[in-house]
Amino acid sequence: MIERKQVLHVAKLARLRLSDEEVEKMAGELSGILGHVDRIGELELDEVPPTSHVVELENALRPDEPRPSWPQEDVLGQAPDPADGAFRVPSPQAEA
Amino acid sequence: MMGGLLELSVAAAAGRIAAGEVSRAEYFEAWRAAAAGDELNAYLWKAEDGTAGGDGPLAGIPVAVKDLFCTEGVATTAGSRILEGHRPLYTATAVRRLHEAGAGVLGKTNMDEFAMGSSNENSAYGAVRNPWDHGRVPGGSSGGSAAAVAGGLAPCAIGTDTGGSIRQPASLCGIVGLKPTYGAISRYGMIAFASSLDQCGPLTRNVTDAALLLAAMQGRDACDSTSVGIEGGVEAPSRENLEGLRFAVPAELAHDAIEPGVRAVFEATLKRIEELGGEIAEVSLPHAEHGISAYYVIAPAEASSNLARYDGVRYGMRIEAEGDVIEMYEATRAAGFGDEVKRRIMLGTYALSSGYYDAYYGRAQRVRTKIAEDYAAAFDRFDFVVTPTSPSVAFELGAKTDDPLAMYMNDFFTVPMSLAGIPAISIPAGLAEPDGGGPQLPVGFQIAAPAFAEQRLLDAAYALEQAIGFDAEPGGSGG
Repeated sequence: MIERKQVLHVAKLARLRLSDEEVEKMAGELSGILGHVDRIGELELDEVPPTSHVVELENALRPDEPRPSWPQEDVLGQAPDPADGAFRVPSPQAEA
Repeated sequence: MMGGLLELSVAAAAGRIAAGEVSRAEYFEAWRAAAAGDELNAYLWKAEDGTAGGDGPLAGIPVAVKDLFCTEGVATTAGSRILEGHRPLYTATAVRRLHEAGAGVLGKTNMDEFAMGSSNENSAYGAVRNPWDHGRVPGGSSGGSAAAVAGGLAPCAIGTDTGGSIRQPASLCGIVGLKPTYGAISRYGMIAFASSLDQCGPLTRNVTDAALLLAAMQGRDACDSTSVGIEGGVEAPSRENLEGLRFAVPAELAHDAIEPGVRAVFEATLKRIEELGGEIAEVSLPHAEHGISAYYVIAPAEASSNLARYDGVRYGMRIEAEGDVIEMYEATRAAGFGDEVKRRIMLGTYALSSGYYDAYYGRAQRVRTKIAEDYAAAFDRFDFVVTPTSPSVAFELGAKTDDPLAMYMNDFFTVPMSLAGIPAISIPAGLAEPDGGGPQLPVGFQIAAPAFAEQRLLDAAYALEQAIGFDAEPGGSGG
């Protein structure tokens, strides 16, 4: 069972702001989904190696040759608030 | 005359164009006009002209492209508000390869936000309607691509499949959908959902067209280190029977919740396989039933990491907030993401968080190993594993939106192949009444094969397709 406090903690980790209503709903929904997922807890898996990737791959390397990159103005043109050749954001130390 | 052009398969149209019997402009214009009549909300953007590419095997063919693929200078939203107005600086490799083969982008198709969904109801730009019944879902997440092809708004389309997002909508819309082996097609420029599972593939009116698109898109790409391509390439399928081929039916199917109509079509298709000379036997895939559990830990975990990039700084939208940069991130993500995306980010973040990592993410990765081993063992004895693609025909809009777990169960038959990384195709096998009655709707038949056995898979699917002779078309009732 996921409690309200846990939802708020995870939301903080995920940088998501949830309304009170969303927190309540999320607690119920996550509990339901994880209740189903918990059935894999019954399987004997201690000796089983984990799979992070299914296809056997070796390092895929390319020649280390310089190539032109995108123009700075094109990249900054995608940003909501570009300024002085950079991405502008609110101060990390805004007055409380 | 126009109607005639639209009825041609991609293979036939490409042949007519190559022979000079039909001009590229005429063919593209016919499809542009058809796409302009979109009443399904299948398209998020439509091309004004046919900027077709080279003189390759797809010369002059318009393709509907899921809005998850970056297209240079053309709005790419992934179905999300958070990418509203985003115009990528580059084009995805899969789309570029289609272009090099001569194809042009006809439009960008609607989808569940960030490919998270099985009904296309999670799009920030409105639900897509199923061309067979406008009151029902087309499936998802590549619902716009499937609806466009089934609804006569595109000759072919591409989508992406993470846990069934090509196969399930293809099934619900009565067309062919192929999820290739993980690594067959480059993921470069495909907006990431779950990177160890995401794979691009075609949605088409027949198996031959699927092979044509796969042949053009597959291959190694320096921009995606996990792309390896299909050795020997892909050719048009030509097999006429199934003699000498062994098809396995999972024993666990017997007690799973499948609509009676879907089960009847599935069993009739097994008979067809036998008539074509194929052998059918039961196989046990004991861990397949845990696929949903493993998938709904692994995919959200990867998604929570991939979607961390949407923070209102470099692209997309931003919501200004009182306070510091963290407040801005939280306000932007709260307004930019829809409910399902938030749910998966929360689920994934929880599964990866300290104290729960081993119990959820670690265990899910071990279950993934067991599922892949089940399939490997089955393929020691069999050429293919077959199942219904979806436990039900297309369901009504809104039927499952309040029950996330019920929605996830739509992926029951498609998720295991994604976890195992193997190719699987859905072909239309017949029609069935939905539970509760109503007009008949398409039923898909899924065939899975070992990794990189796409040619064998397409050949068998082609032989079965010819024998089934599925020629029903949507009536567009209830619109």
